[in-house]
Amino acid sequence: MNRDDVRNALLQALADVAPEVDTAALDAARPLRRQVDLDSADWLNFLVAVHEALGVDIPDAEAAKLDTLDKLVDWCARVLGPA
Amino acid sequence: MIEFRLPSLGSDMDSGTLVEWRVKPGDRVARGQVVAVVDTAKAAIDVECWQEGTVHALPVEPGTAMAVGTVMAILREAGESGSDVERALAARAAAAPAGAGSEGVASGALLPVAPARPPVPPVRHSPPTPPTPAGPAGPAGPFGLTVARDAARLRISPAARRRAHELGLDPQRITGHGDQGAVTLADVQAAQAAHPAAMPVPAPASRVQEMRRVIAAAMSRSKREIPHYYLAEEIPFARAAAWLAEANRERPAVQRLLPAALLLKAAARALRRYPEFNGFWRDGGFVPGSGVHLGVAVSLREGGLVAPALLDVPALRLDALTQALLDLVKRTRAGALRSSELSEATITVTNLGDQGVDSVFGVIYPPQVALLGFGRVRPRPWVDDDGGLLALPVVTATLAADHRASDGHRGALLLAEIREQLQEPPSLDLPEESR
Repeated sequence: MNRDDVRNALLQALADVAPEVDTAALDAARPLRRQVDLDSADWLNFLVAVHEALGVDIPDAEAAKLDTLDKLVDWCARVLGPA
Repeated sequence: MIEFRLPSLGSDMDSGTLVEWRVKPGDRVARGQVVAVVDTAKAAIDVECWQEGTVHALPVEPGTAMAVGTVMAILREAGESGSDVERALAARAAAAPAGAGSEGVASGALLPVAPARPPVPPVRHSPPTPPTPAGPAGPAGPFGLTVARDAARLRISPAARRRAHELGLDPQRITGHGDQGAVTLADVQAAQAAHPAAMPVPAPASRVQEMRRVIAAAMSRSKREIPHYYLAEEIPFARAAAWLAEANRERPAVQRLLPAALLLKAAARALRRYPEFNGFWRDGGFVPGSGVHLGVAVSLREGGLVAPALLDVPALRLDALTQALLDLVKRTRAGALRSSELSEATITVTNLGDQGVDSVFGVIYPPQVALLGFGRVRPRPWVDDDGGLLALPVVTATLAADHRASDGHRGALLLAEIREQLQEPPSLDLPEESR
């Protein structure tokens, strides 16, 4: 799975928990939760959706640091290993 | 014969537009079954029926606007035949005042008990679509609605449904790529891009205006009628935060606990002990809630908010409570709330901590008599019992309460009880039996 696949899976997970968000308009380098107004329940729903889509579980302590789409892609791609 | 009426959807939603039927004549209806989807100013709602029977007739067509209390469906009771029902309907029509029965059973004029407001007769927003048993459906009406071609649920987000209506697109014909094939905003935009010529003049402002109108009505009524008083309490959250961090350390996301679950559980337990805050002000007196059903304020990204209920919160362990909250928020976003969730809340809880404010003093949602608010959990200076100064995670709990139903002294005790509950997280996890 390459970075684009990971990125698409993350965006799909985001669309599942926040269907009213236009994922195409996201700035991948800016904090995600503030951009799309995810509350703490949305955020946990997103982490669950990421787990379902990629089989990757982001630990509680790690999740707060992964605040942009770019960081999330990096972290998940690293855990998943090379394609 | 059972007349199924559009149920109450909360004090700020007095009408809705039928989007689709989920049952058809001849279907058996079980208690609690979702029988229709109704769009309101705030959200598309799955309307449940709490009576058992067999669908005899569905006098209301999709695209019809209805007041709460309008007869939507006629059900046959067990042992009743179709002709029994027809006779009963004919007898009702004959007994109705002249001129009132012209719309048949769809008219709200047959209400045996007068509602607070006279129900408006149903208004067709789109011309009745002639049935087209074979071939494609007829052209979409002004709202892009056609008669649902089957009882299968179209999964679509509220924002996508709205946008499709604005663009004059039939949501049924849009291919969904969201969760379980749900039609998302992106799917609607893609459908529009594919058929730009099919686009009538959009009316994007109307939905937002309607949302503001219903919120304005309910909140103005609240401030006009309810003598609010306000209290605040700073609550140390160190024990709760430490317990939560430990509990979540090894848990995968799917089993993780939300801090909000502790706050809600503490509030629900305290409300058990101070029941005068949990219920309704009706006809000049307080009516206690049948259980502690917390309305959780969820702000909608497209504007406005909705506060669906978490039922029987004291009976839930924290993992079940977290799952219930996650499910409720997800369904609010996806436009899949149930009618009972919008009418059964006995108090509202708002948690604006995610947005970073320290405290929130709310406006009570009538006919409820109180609103609890929680702000952000953040480290603050704290003086302990020995006079020592330390930094602790602290959360401010606030109460807006109806002075007709309670007094400030009892309100202070309620907040103090929430504070004490939050100091014992392991015991907070235990379920409390319902009384």
